Amino acid sequence: MSVIIFAETRDQQYKKSTLEAVSYGKEVAIKTGGKVIAVSMGNASDPSILGNYGADEVITLHSDAFAAFSPEIYAAAFAEVCKNQGGKTIIISNTYSGKSISGRVAVLLQAALATNVVDYPDTTSGFRIKRGVFSGKAFAYVELQSETKVLAITPNSVEIKTYGSNAVVSAYQPTSLPASATQIESTQTVSGKVPLTEAEIVVSAGRGMKGPENWHMVEDLATSLGAATACSKPVSDMHWRPHSEHVGQTGITIKPNLYIAIGISGAIQHLAGVSSSKVIVVINKDAEAPFFKAADYGIVGDAFEVLPKLIQAAKTATAS
Amino acid sequence: MKVLVCMSVVPDTTTKITFTDNDTTFNTQGVQFIMNPYDELALTKALDIAEPVGGTVTIIHVGPADAEPAIRKALSMGATDAVRINATPTDAQFVAEQIAAYARDKAFDFIMTGRESIDYNSGAVCGLLGALLAIPSINVITQLTVTDKTAHLERDIDGGRETLTCSLPFVASAQKDLCEPRIPNMRGIMAARTKPLQVVEPTGSSNHAVYSRFELPQPKQGVRMISADNPEELLHLLRNEAKVI
Repeated sequence: MSVIIFAETRDQQYKKSTLEAVSYGKEVAIKTGGKVIAVSMGNASDPSILGNYGADEVITLHSDAFAAFSPEIYAAAFAEVCKNQGGKTIIISNTYSGKSISGRVAVLLQAALATNVVDYPDTTSGFRIKRGVFSGKAFAYVELQSETKVLAITPNSVEIKTYGSNAVVSAYQPTSLPASATQIESTQTVSGKVPLTEAEIVVSAGRGMKGPENWHMVEDLATSLGAATACSKPVSDMHWRPHSEHVGQTGITIKPNLYIAIGISGAIQHLAGVSSSKVIVVINKDAEAPFFKAADYGIVGDAFEVLPKLIQAAKTATAS
Repeated sequence: MKVLVCMSVVPDTTTKITFTDNDTTFNTQGVQFIMNPYDELALTKALDIAEPVGGTVTIIHVGPADAEPAIRKALSMGATDAVRINATPTDAQFVAEQIAAYARDKAFDFIMTGRESIDYNSGAVCGLLGALLAIPSINVITQLTVTDKTAHLERDIDGGRETLTCSLPFVASAQKDLCEPRIPNMRGIMAARTKPLQVVEPTGSSNHAVYSRFELPQPKQGVRMISADNPEELLHLLRNEAKVI
C-alpha cells in the first residue's frame, strides 16, 4: 500500500504544483500509512529533491514514447507503476496535463476519481475529499468508496512542507505502452511566464481598460509583482486578450494567493472564477461596483490614474 | 461520418447557488437549466465537420426527463438525433460509463464533449471515455478539422498550445476558442420537434463516489478601502498584513 504522486516538470524542474502534490501525498501517508512514491516522467534534473517535500522514493520512467505528451501513453505508464507499487491513493496536479491523464488512470486502476480537490482528505471514517463545484461558487464533500483513489489537486490549495531529507531514486522501464495514435506537430509555450492556473499572483483587467492598447499597464504591474495576467469575459469576447486569459464561470477558475482586479465590475459569473483567491484587491472607478463586496482591499479610482502610481510603487517595493 | 456529442444540462451561469436539506442537495428552485456552454461548442464543431460530408451527429445525455427541453435545443442547433440515458448521474465516472456502454458498438468516427460541465466541473468525461473505449483522448482543444481518417487539432497545454494530428476514432473536449456556438434558427427549432429522441435505460455502473454535503465559500470580512492617491499603502498592506507579496 502506498501513496503515488505524478510528478510534473517544466524545463526539467519540478513545478510548484508538483511540490504541493508531494506534500499532499505525505500528509495522506501520515494518515493512512504507506510509502510516498513520486513518479517522474519528465527529465527532471534532480529527482532526489522531492525527498525534501515528503517523498520516500522517486521512480523515474524512461521511454522515447514520452517525448511528446500523449495522455494514453502517460496514463498507461504511470498506472503500470501504480499497480506494481500497490498504489492506493494516487495524487495528480489538477493542471491541463494532470487532468488529461487522471480519468484514464482511474479507469486503468478501477479507482474512484476526484478532480478539483482543494483540501486534505478527511480519513476519520472512510475517505472524504473536498472539491470545488459550480465553477467556484461552492464546494462539495465527496466520499470516495473504492479502495484505490485518484485525486487531482488544484494548484495553490495546500502548503508546501519541507522535511530536509533526500529520496531514494530508481529508474524503471514501463513494459506495456500502447502505440500512439497522436503525433505532435508543434508546441508553442510562453517561456518565463507562469501559467495562469498555477500563478500565485494574478493581475486581471476588464472593460475599464478601454482597449487592448492599454494593456501594457496591466502587464507592467504583473511583471513587477511576478504575476500572471488575466481578463474578464467581455475583454476576451472582444478579442482584446486571448481566451486563455479569461477567468470566470465559463473561463478558467483560479485560486491564487493574490488577485488584483482592475476595471472589472464583478458580475456573478466572474466572481465564480476567482472567489477562491486568498486575497482580492479591486480597483474600480465606480464605488458601487459589486466586486468591492467580494474584495479584501479596494481602491476607488480611475485605472489610468491609479495604475501608473501603483506600478511605480510596486517596482520600488519589490526592488527593496 | 458518425459523430457522438455528449451534453450535460447545467444551471444558467447567472444562478445564485444555494443548497437545501442541510446542505446535502442543490436547490433547483427557480433555477433555469441550460445546455452546458462548452457542450454547445462541442456540438457546433461536430456539426460543422459532419454536415458538409452528409454525416450524422448524435447527441447523448445522461439524466432524467426534465433535461428534454435542453436536448431539444441541441436538436434545433442541428443534431440528427438524440439519446437520453434515463438515470440520475452520481458522478463523472457514472456518466462516462453509461456513454461508453452506449457508444461501444456504434463505430462513431469521433466523440466530442465539453471541457467540463459548469456545475460539477470534473473535466473528466473525455479522459474516462477515452480509456473506457480504448481510444485516444485529447483535452481542451481549440481547433479541429477532420480529413479522411485523420484529425488535425490544436489543444491548450499548461503555459501554451500544441498542434497535433490524431487517427480516428478519438474523443476530444471543447475549449473556448474552438468556435462560436451556433444559434438555432426557426427552421431548426421546428425540425427539432420531430427529430428522434431515444430513451435508453442505464446499464450497471461502478459506484465510486457519494456527494455527502455542500458548502458555500466563506464570505469576505469586509473590504478595506485605500485612497487612490496612496497606492504605496496598498502594497504595504499586501506585504505586511496579508503577506501575499
